[in-house]
Amino acid sequence: MSARDDILGSVRRSLRRDRLSDEAQAALQRRIRAHERNIVPQRGSGSGAEIAARFIDEAKSVAVTVQPVASDAEVPDAIVRYLAQHNLPARVAMAPSAALEQIPWASRPTLEVRRGAARPDDQVSVTPAFAGIAETGTLMLTSGAETPTTLNLLPYDHVVVMRTSQIVGSYEDAWDLLRQSRSRADGLIDMPRTVNFITGPSRTGDIEQKILMGAHGPRRLHIVLIEDA
Amino acid sequence: MESTSHRFKENAREGMANPSLQRAMENMRRGFPDKRLAAIGRLPEFDALRDRARDIKNHVLEHLDFYLEAWEAKVTAAGGHVHWCRDAEEARRTVLAICRRLEARTVTKGKSMIAEEIALNPFLEANGIEPIETDLGEYIIQIRNEPPSHIIAPAIHLTQDDIEKSFRASHRQLDPGRPLSEPHQLLDEARSLLRDKFIAADVGITGANFLIAETGSSVIVTNEGNGDLTQTLTKAHIVVTSLEKVVPTLEDAQTILRVLARSATGQDYSVYTTVSTGPRRPEDLDGPGEYHVVLLDNGRSRMLGTEFHDMLRCIRCGACMNHCPVYATVGGHAYGWVYPGPMGAVLTPSLIGVDEAGHLPNASTFCGKCESVCPMRIPLPRMMRHWREREFERHLSPAASRYGLGLWAFLAKRPRLYRLVNGLMARVLGLLGREHGGFRHLPLAGGWTGGRDMPAPEGEGFHQAWARKRRERTRAA
Ligand code: SF4
Repeated sequence: MSARDDILGSVRRSLRRDRLSDEAQAALQRRIRAHERNIVPQRGSGSGAEIAARFIDEAKSVAVTVQPVASDAEVPDAIVRYLAQHNLPARVAMAPSAALEQIPWASRPTLEVRRGAARPDDQVSVTPAFAGIAETGTLMLTSGAETPTTLNLLPYDHVVVMRTSQIVGSYEDAWDLLRQSRSRADGLIDMPRTVNFITGPSRTGDIEQKILMGAHGPRRLHIVLIEDA
Repeated sequence: MESTSHRFKENAREGMANPSLQRAMENMRRGFPDKRLAAIGRLPEFDALRDRARDIKNHVLEHLDFYLEAWEAKVTAAGGHVHWCRDAEEARRTVLAICRRLEARTVTKGKSMIAEEIALNPFLEANGIEPIETDLGEYIIQIRNEPPSHIIAPAIHLTQDDIEKSFRASHRQLDPGRPLSEPHQLLDEARSLLRDKFIAADVGITGANFLIAETGSSVIVTNEGNGDLTQTLTKAHIVVTSLEKVVPTLEDAQTILRVLARSATGQDYSVYTTVSTGPRRPEDLDGPGEYHVVLLDNGRSRMLGTEFHDMLRCIRCGACMNHCPVYATVGGHAYGWVYPGPMGAVLTPSLIGVDEAGHLPNASTFCGKCESVCPMRIPLPRMMRHWREREFERHLSPAASRYGLGLWAFLAKRPRLYRLVNGLMARVLGLLGREHGGFRHLPLAGGWTGGRDMPAPEGEGFHQAWARKRRERTRAA
């Protein structure tokens, strides 16, 4: 007997029953398809302005820095200032994403922008985010042709450029957005290879429970927030 | 990993006599519980979420065969592979076969308790493959050649001085005069050494906190980002996990995730929660070329439907050990195997046998703290008592504990009577205790209630719940 049959057989023996009937299985499939929310805490809901304010507060509470700007045109300047402030070279590895291409990078010719996945010697990355989640100040990033995962992880400094209209209340809201933007003909979600939920810069408490930043991922996480809502 | 659980008493004595361990444990006692309380204070829905989380897992366990098959179908549809493994040996061989096919020389690893359970590292080493732990705590204990002492903070038994000494002894290629007295110097050294390893590795192995039936995804939760680099930078991502990790939907995982970090480290959310589905897509710019899940049973399917059924809800948050007076006194290594603390005292005898680990369920004061903090509401003290009864039946128990357990043992040998009395007790105590949520005095149990409160049972034992569910199902069908 295959290991698979053995294990499933053992599960059923312990549960003192056979394979579930077709009806019972169909009912469980319906439960999956309904993917109902269970309990969404109060802190994951509110008006647009409340949610945006909570997102910023929560992100700051986990050591994220946030720079609000009024328009796309102000983004290159904000990034150049950030780099100068931390004595970083004016060179970034950027996600080749349509959302970021709208930004007039040429307005700051001193800023060197390389597009593509991260390389080991990249110090700073610039990426978009799929959504921001107010509940815990969490960013949701998805992998794809325009958004390589390594940019979220390898450099010491990760700069995220996003819009206030991308902020939602709860994780469930963020999944709903993803379900809408990637729903397949059969109604199921077409998952990207990787969905990263990121809440603050990388950290460790493994040395006497002292919190240290920059364990393996970025030591700093900075959000340039375009106010469009 | 070779077990020394049968030596619990000797191990415990050694732990208590080790001043460096005692200092490290004092850190823990002061750290985790306060942070947990603060995090819960920020979430009024915490207890409601715990109930829901418990219900989700109960639902899954009752339909485990269905959810595993549904999940497997989605993994396959996304281009991944599921390898069912009955025991540790099968799991180790499966991992090795994948590594061999890819001609892997080095393997990076994110933290995985299942990899510890199947003793993967020594096996890979014996077969000429170098495994590299990348979680800082796991890396530290790997270079010290020690097992983890805690399921989420594997090096919690060590002080900063211990770690500095180990780095100096292990990183001989570096300048011996370099400064290493600051924590961030230790971290930077590990980070830069491991960076090269990440980039050079052929295969990346992680565990999984959840498997999602809806999408065929696996989910890992870390603070360092090491599990992400591990799976992103290699040719193949191998997930080593066990069958009780499956949940129906992304929403169900989210509900449990809300109680996980708060219970574990007292964070509202861990830094990285990563949902991985299949290998990289053709258009992706990075990611692993292959995705495998090594799905381990190792005795879990046999725990279903027994008095240890509820243990399969465990999400490995570590709260029970963070709050356990015995754990804080003797340290994690005393437990002698992979899983320490109250959850280990229940799980270890189930997985490696009561002969080897029969002492562990005695490592309890029955203060009830573990159950009261467990986000999945697992009745740990009750299950430790079950083990004690079994041990008594086998006459392995020391005379002192035999005395107090006479009645339990009498009943335990008479299953029908036992069920009846157990059910009655639960119902009676449930009713009595409802007002206060606990008892100060229990007749015939002075040894347990003297000096501590006994928590009120929920009013329905597993056997009753089981019978009720069966009745409901027959009626519905
Ligand atoms: S038994 Fe409960 S408290 Fe202990 S690790 Fe498991 S889920 Fe956490």
